[in-house]
Amino acid sequence: MSAVVRIPTQLRSLSGGDAEVKVDGATVAEVLTGLEAAHPGFAERIFDGDGKLRRFVNVFVADEDVRFLQGLDTPVADGQTVSIIPAVAGG
Amino acid sequence: MFVDGLRCRECGRAYPAEALHVCEFCFGPLEVSYDYEAIAGATTRQSIAAGPLSIWRYANLLPARNDGAVDLGAGFTPLVRADRLAAELGLGELWIKNDTTNPTGSFKDRVVAVALARARELGFKVAACASTGNLANSVAAHAARAGMRHIVFVPADLEAGKIVMTSVYGPHLVAVDGSYDDVNRLCAELTSEHPTWAFVNVNLRTYYAEGSKTLAFETAEQLGWQAPDHVVVPVGSGSQLTKIAKGFDELRQVGLLEGGAPVRISGAQAVGCSPVATAFAEHHDYVLPVKPATIAKSIAIGNPADGWYALDAVRSSGGALAAVTDEELVEGIRLLARTEGIFAETAGGVTIATLAKLAAAGVVRPDERVVAYVTGHGLKTIEAVAPAVDPPVTIAPSLEAFNDALGADLEEQP
Repeated sequence: MSAVVRIPTQLRSLSGGDAEVKVDGATVAEVLTGLEAAHPGFAERIFDGDGKLRRFVNVFVADEDVRFLQGLDTPVADGQTVSIIPAVAGG
Repeated sequence: MFVDGLRCRECGRAYPAEALHVCEFCFGPLEVSYDYEAIAGATTRQSIAAGPLSIWRYANLLPARNDGAVDLGAGFTPLVRADRLAAELGLGELWIKNDTTNPTGSFKDRVVAVALARARELGFKVAACASTGNLANSVAAHAARAGMRHIVFVPADLEAGKIVMTSVYGPHLVAVDGSYDDVNRLCAELTSEHPTWAFVNVNLRTYYAEGSKTLAFETAEQLGWQAPDHVVVPVGSGSQLTKIAKGFDELRQVGLLEGGAPVRISGAQAVGCSPVATAFAEHHDYVLPVKPATIAKSIAIGNPADGWYALDAVRSSGGALAAVTDEELVEGIRLLARTEGIFAETAGGVTIATLAKLAAAGVVRPDERVVAYVTGHGLKTIEAVAPAVDPPVTIAPSLEAFNDALGADLEEQP
């Protein structure tokens, strides 16, 4: 099972400049853990000290906010896109 | 300009004053950092009074220089004493900040004027935004004036007026099949792919948001350099409310307002999209996103970027947040029109209906000097109020027909 993770500009220094990274995992948590394994440094940027998503980080699976799904336990189907997006925009 | 740079509101990391809106480390919002001591030394009530009749009279407290190529004259809108509305609501000294009179009919002209002035200073040639309608109108108009290309993204189900009031200024209005939150997410992604576009409320958001401080600056100046006791502000993203609070604080910081009790800040939402009012009512310290379902489309933001900060500004000032139904907001539009001659869009109806609710609950009090912010023109959302107003009386062109239709009715009134 592999997902495509879309990386925002602010984190591309960690992915060698790549906008998309392929990672194995069946849930959002597994995918983000895989991302950290492939490109160390993501976890401390995305998660707070309690292992929760930071307040200003939004994660989407197939363009739906995971807070409307099952949060970090949201399943990720093979080939689906997981997007990491700064929350501060709009209004 | 008196800008030192940018600073993360969460972790305090410093950044240069470029097109950056998010801290690269913790994703917190970046805030403009000013040299307030220098501003205090360079700014007096007299120097402001000598400035233009627009937001640019407060240029020392803004993060861009007045740019004539962009400027359509945003700001310095009327602050109107509203005695008839106050009497209906059982209030004392009530004022309406009538921001419907801005160049494109909403407060968004304030934030866009600042954002595009800064965008031009930074060398951008393309203006863009994610909008619920009012911002689209304003970006398209200001970009047209400045000769910038513009690319404007809105939800596909917008009111007809807001579509036409954007597309008249030129091409590239993109209607996205989804909610505003979908539009916003798409634009956040597009910002990464098109770094040469100035998305006013994404990569230029740090500057853009500062424009809303002028709503506080003008209110204080128009009250004879006094602060109101209590303000009521509509809440979409929460940015406007947060920046109004900041505006009053800054005036005290640079000595333009005397000290005193903080201005109480209350927020208004529609029941169909009230994530911040819900967090307030349920005593949460986080804002859970919702899927919006309200005719108040201009503030239908289910995932408000500044929701947490708005909640904090309301709580720390001793204000409140409340939400009203679509029926109540339509009645709010009619009440404001009937009593004060001001025609507001749906968000203005939300503000007035929430003011009525908070007054009835004793939260907004008759011994307070109150200002309600009405931030968009009713012509933009005609379809919301059309079914609720009296239809015209249609008659033949004769005295007899007129007397038959209305004579008795009119004699009853002085």
